[in-house]
Amino acid sequence: MSSPFTPNTEEHRKKMLATIGMDSVEDLFKDIPEKVRNPNLNLPKAMSELDLRAYASELSSRNVSAGEYTSFLGAGSYWHHIPAVVSSIASRGEFMTAYTPYQPEVSQGTLQVAYEFQSMICQLTGMDVANAGMYDGSTSLAEAALMACRVTRRNKVAILNSTSPLYTDVLDTYVQAPGIDLEIVEEGHMTLGDEIACLIVQQPNFFGYLEDMQNLANIAHDAGALLVVSVDPVSLGMFNPPSDYGADIVVAEGQGIGVPMSYGGPYVGIFACRQEFVRQMPGRIVGKTLDTQGKEAYVLTLQAREQHIRREHATSNICTSVALISLMMTVYLACMGKQGMRKVAELCYHKAHYAASLISAIPGFSIVEYGTGIFFREFTVRCPVPPKEVNQSLLEKGIIGGFDVSEYSENGLLLCVTEMNSREDIENLSDALREIGES
Amino acid sequence: MTPDQCKYSSEHEWVYLDDDGVGLVGISQHAADSLGDVVFVDLPIVGDSMTQFGKMGEIESVKAFSELFSPVGGEVVEVNNILNDAPDLVNESPYEKGWMIKIKLNDASELDNLMTMSEYDNFVIQSEGN
Repeated sequence: MSSPFTPNTEEHRKKMLATIGMDSVEDLFKDIPEKVRNPNLNLPKAMSELDLRAYASELSSRNVSAGEYTSFLGAGSYWHHIPAVVSSIASRGEFMTAYTPYQPEVSQGTLQVAYEFQSMICQLTGMDVANAGMYDGSTSLAEAALMACRVTRRNKVAILNSTSPLYTDVLDTYVQAPGIDLEIVEEGHMTLGDEIACLIVQQPNFFGYLEDMQNLANIAHDAGALLVVSVDPVSLGMFNPPSDYGADIVVAEGQGIGVPMSYGGPYVGIFACRQEFVRQMPGRIVGKTLDTQGKEAYVLTLQAREQHIRREHATSNICTSVALISLMMTVYLACMGKQGMRKVAELCYHKAHYAASLISAIPGFSIVEYGTGIFFREFTVRCPVPPKEVNQSLLEKGIIGGFDVSEYSENGLLLCVTEMNSREDIENLSDALREIGES
Repeated sequence: MTPDQCKYSSEHEWVYLDDDGVGLVGISQHAADSLGDVVFVDLPIVGDSMTQFGKMGEIESVKAFSELFSPVGGEVVEVNNILNDAPDLVNESPYEKGWMIKIKLNDASELDNLMTMSEYDNFVIQSEGN
């Protein structure tokens, strides 16, 4: 059997098999039980390209997307406007790699983007140093917990119960192998022992509300623990950066700033910290230097925890970078600037508050407050009927509803409002909810 | 203190025992030369307890990353924190300014498990021969 994609001749194959002491290619697979080795797959007949395209578009048209319908769904993935310049630059061939550019002599453009990315994250979060990107928000958070254990030489981490349960699940997976204990703590009933490496807090929290960060920072620091903040980068357009309340490590999901929701990925993780912890930071840092001719040049400067430096002693494994997605984020931030970020944040804030004011006036619906009760672009609504039913009715009216949080909050529906939702959309949502309440 | 007054481990750390039973620990000239320019040294903190040949810290040069192993067991009583800002002292002066930690020895007889300078020099020549 020869194939254009694996161009080995029969002679080559025989030679390779002889070298490893096998008679046939089939022998290589003999550890797999015979009955599952080459199952007969019940597949439809092959299609022509024309038929396949028609079939795929028919399948695709059964989906509903944000834009086609208005959407109030958030909970970690957000519908925001992305200026055309973002995809225009990101789709340039020169940038078409997701891989870490180890060779500065052929990767100046990509490295410069990473440098700008880091610089913008430092400006946005107020932190001293940022790395060139992580996989996504949840894995950034998990890496922050591991890093806090290295910094403090402690072996237990605490996470506030208002953090996204999806992120907490990822963290739970990450801490299992190194044998780190995970404790879920509740504000007001928190005693952090002296074994806790860090307190992890999401700001705004999963239910949409701001936490009292100064108080939580004091609780963490009094226990000798680090404060790890998982922040919404869009909220930083109008709220205090984490450096203001003493965050030690800041992580975030970068999707909301310049990256489409696209079924949940690929996204980009943000990771920043205080200068003193930089050696314990996962990932890579790109630095600016001068080349032999005295010209500005960009190089990978620090990658202290990575496997190509530390081999089996590596403590982080961000081997494939998220260069392309971080490029989108960088172009977005460059395009929006400080004023633009503030404008987006304010639009979200005011539209979300308008929506909340309409919904709270509907009989049977109420706003449930968590944390300080101050919210940004998401808030939790208690519905008179299970949120699943509410979402189904909304969908029938051309509205993508919220995230069902009834597992954590009685009949709770987490709604998200961004600059993409027009006044009319918000009023339609309110009217639809009123109808549901009355029926 | 001179290099011939130190005892050496096969992991290239030296220890010099002073009159108070405190051992001064660093890495050998040979190790420093082989590593090349040292850019980072991660050391234990005062109060940590070390076991003989157990992990003591990490050292990173422009060429490689290596683990450091304590040549003797005991409690860390002092750490050369200057190396945080000037790791290159390990290259410049591995037996003096580039010292790493001071250990209060648990058991001075552990020194018998180590090599003298001439034994160590032979060891290095032989390992390079291999």
